[in-house]
Amino acid sequence: MQAFSCLEIGPIFRALSRNKVSALLIALQIAVTLCIVVNAVHILLERRAQMARDSGIDEANSFYISSTGFAADFNQQVTIQTDLDAIRALPGVKDAMQINAIPISGGGWSMGLQTQPGTEFDGVGTAVYMVDEHVLQTLDLELIAGQPFQDTDIRWRQGTQRDWPAQTIVTKALAENLFPDAQYQDVVGKTVYINDDEPILIQGIVDKLQAPWVGWNRVENAMLSPEKTLFSTSTYIIRTEPGRLDELMPKVEQLLADSNKGRVVRGMRSMNETRERSYRRDQAMIKVLSTVMITLTLVTALGIVGLASFSVNRRRKQIGTRRALGASQGSILRYFMLENFIISSVGVLLGALLSLGLNVVLVESLGLTRLHWYLLPIGMLALCLVGLLAVLGPAKRAAAISPAMATRTV
Amino acid sequence: MFSYYLRLAYLSIRRNPILSALMVAAIALGIGASMTTITVNYLMSANPIPHKSQQLFYVQVDSWDPNEPAEEPNEPPDQLTWTDATNLMAAQKAPRQAAMASSAAVVEPPDQDAKPFNAGIRLTFSDFFSMFDTPFLYGGPWDAQQDANKEQVVILSRETNDKVFGGENPVGRSLRIAGRQFTVVGVLADWQPVPRFYDVTTGAFHETEELFMPFLLKQALQLPNGGNTSCWKTPEEDSFEGFLRSECVNYQMWVELPDTQTKQDYLTFLTHYVNEQKALGRFPRPLNNRLSDVMQWMENQQVVADDAKVMLWLSLMFLTVCLLNTIGLLLAKFSGKSSEIGLRRAIGASRTALFYQHLVETACIGLAGGIAGLLLALLGLMGISSLYGEFADNLTSLDLNMVVFALLLSLVCSILAGLYPTWRACNIAPASQLKSQ
Repeated sequence: MQAFSCLEIGPIFRALSRNKVSALLIALQIAVTLCIVVNAVHILLERRAQMARDSGIDEANSFYISSTGFAADFNQQVTIQTDLDAIRALPGVKDAMQINAIPISGGGWSMGLQTQPGTEFDGVGTAVYMVDEHVLQTLDLELIAGQPFQDTDIRWRQGTQRDWPAQTIVTKALAENLFPDAQYQDVVGKTVYINDDEPILIQGIVDKLQAPWVGWNRVENAMLSPEKTLFSTSTYIIRTEPGRLDELMPKVEQLLADSNKGRVVRGMRSMNETRERSYRRDQAMIKVLSTVMITLTLVTALGIVGLASFSVNRRRKQIGTRRALGASQGSILRYFMLENFIISSVGVLLGALLSLGLNVVLVESLGLTRLHWYLLPIGMLALCLVGLLAVLGPAKRAAAISPAMATRTV
Repeated sequence: MFSYYLRLAYLSIRRNPILSALMVAAIALGIGASMTTITVNYLMSANPIPHKSQQLFYVQVDSWDPNEPAEEPNEPPDQLTWTDATNLMAAQKAPRQAAMASSAAVVEPPDQDAKPFNAGIRLTFSDFFSMFDTPFLYGGPWDAQQDANKEQVVILSRETNDKVFGGENPVGRSLRIAGRQFTVVGVLADWQPVPRFYDVTTGAFHETEELFMPFLLKQALQLPNGGNTSCWKTPEEDSFEGFLRSECVNYQMWVELPDTQTKQDYLTFLTHYVNEQKALGRFPRPLNNRLSDVMQWMENQQVVADDAKVMLWLSLMFLTVCLLNTIGLLLAKFSGKSSEIGLRRAIGASRTALFYQHLVETACIGLAGGIAGLLLALLGLMGISSLYGEFADNLTSLDLNMVVFALLLSLVCSILAGLYPTWRACNIAPASQLKSQ
């Protein structure tokens, strides 16, 4: 086998040099295809990884709904208390609370926390969730250090109030961002500053809770502030027993609408839908890129089939002659496969360079990350295989040419 | 002669149906993919108000933190404080000007059976409508006096009017909004600039608002903040007024400046204004005022999504692959015809004539590919629209420009792809091909 190949490479090169342009065209096609495919897969894997991140809450069994009062006698504080008592009493509701912003929904509130007081120090950005003592159960958080909120910790925040409650619970990621040198357990009991110089005591650490903005580079930073809000719109987040979400969503909506006619109940959405909306662009990008990759590979493969069939047809007489002179069917097949393999190899080598080039451009102009090194060899191997598969058909037809062809004129 | 070439092209295409179909398919796929992404990019970067985009300017002044810019490297905040928005409006130094904000309130339709609903509000000044040439279905804008008097007047979007008044002319009727009685002064006809340039702070492709009302009602009725609110300094007191007086930015402002002289004057005025405010202890940063026209502002706010750019580049490379493919297939096809070409040469056809003949053939294939590509692009846009849902509602329609562009692109591409194969085919010596026969 090895000996045969060595013997055949000479004629293949001579034949190729006679048809430089066709061979070059295929090699170029393979190169650009590899370049697109490798970079598309890279983007696709990156998006996948982003989408796979856990928001920290029980998404499958959670939903939220907002209420905006408009009647002249509408009492926000009484309404919130009544609503929460009624929702929590519904069978199938695991827990519920008022919250100022919904994780991964795209809209929320952020603040800077700093470890030293003073306007001259930079803060660490974090999302703020205003929550009550039901937070751990409602959001499915695990308190991994410190103390939970008690009902006596919870205050009412007026619409334009500026000061902050004296204590907070932060995510592990935020604790580590604030105090990079400390163990997260040791962050409990430390004081940080909000609004430049207002002290807040960190009384607990939770495992994980994402900010509302999935594209934010600090998306794991969140702080819980023990307060209920008296803003014009209040939003409730509700966690149900597993599997009872669909049944409870309309019930809660009805309950709120019926209990108080002086308000508009709106914006009810499950967390699953919220996730779908927040990552919709990434999901779409993944689908578009996959379609492009598959079609492109098909186009390239069809091009190879077309050109190979053509070159087989043109060489029918030579092939017949070779067969008549004693070449086996296998060696004809091998000839075409090897020819294609040489062209593909040139193509993928060129393509590897192009891929790296395009990646550099994408990194610099659009802030993408660097290509993972292992994508290149996998892509190169895959495209060589596609080339070989594409040429298999025409090569088999070539091998089937009868030796008698040598005696015919055309 | 041309029709003869067309007939020859037809015959040649029929002789090699599979090769020809492959070529048409390759061009169609390339054109389809690139037209899809070109359309999305074209609409994203479209000029939403072409006839006066160079006379409308977005106003920025740098009221931000002395220790760090609102955005690196040294960008002023993308919105204004209430203080600056109202001061600049009171100065009236531009021929037309409109500060604005977004908000929301509950609307209670007069019909007792209709449910109250929450509606998005654009708070602005009367110049908004003349500056942006908004079309009116009924009535018209309120006037400057009503702005100053904080009158409770409202303009409805067409959809809101359909919902609340069943589409009838509501001018003069009263409507309860945010617990107050408002008088309807106008209804907008369909108006959806793409991008929605006048406020892109929460995304450039949102719908226009349901209600429009005088800006100063925000203060009078204590309407809530919409959009993004950013503060570098905590407000100095706990009240709605305190918030309005704070250094928090939540307001946008546009001015219409018809020529360079008025623009220069307005910049001078802004410098003067900021220096005045510095004397009052505000504006701790160096002077950094900006006037950006519509397209500059869209560029600054990076309205074209990065994903759309990536897709555009990838699809253009895709088109390249399809063209390389076509060149290869054409080479194959034309060299299969070498005996016919030899014959035609031998009986007197000139090279130029043969060149034209084959160019006509490639152009036919290109045009067929282009038409099929347009259909694929329509499919592609439908796909994009279903994948992105409401985010892409206004970004996936093919207009006539794009259709013509697609056909031209496919013609140019196929002719470029055909040049080399045609040239090679025409270089065949007449005798060499006749011998083997």
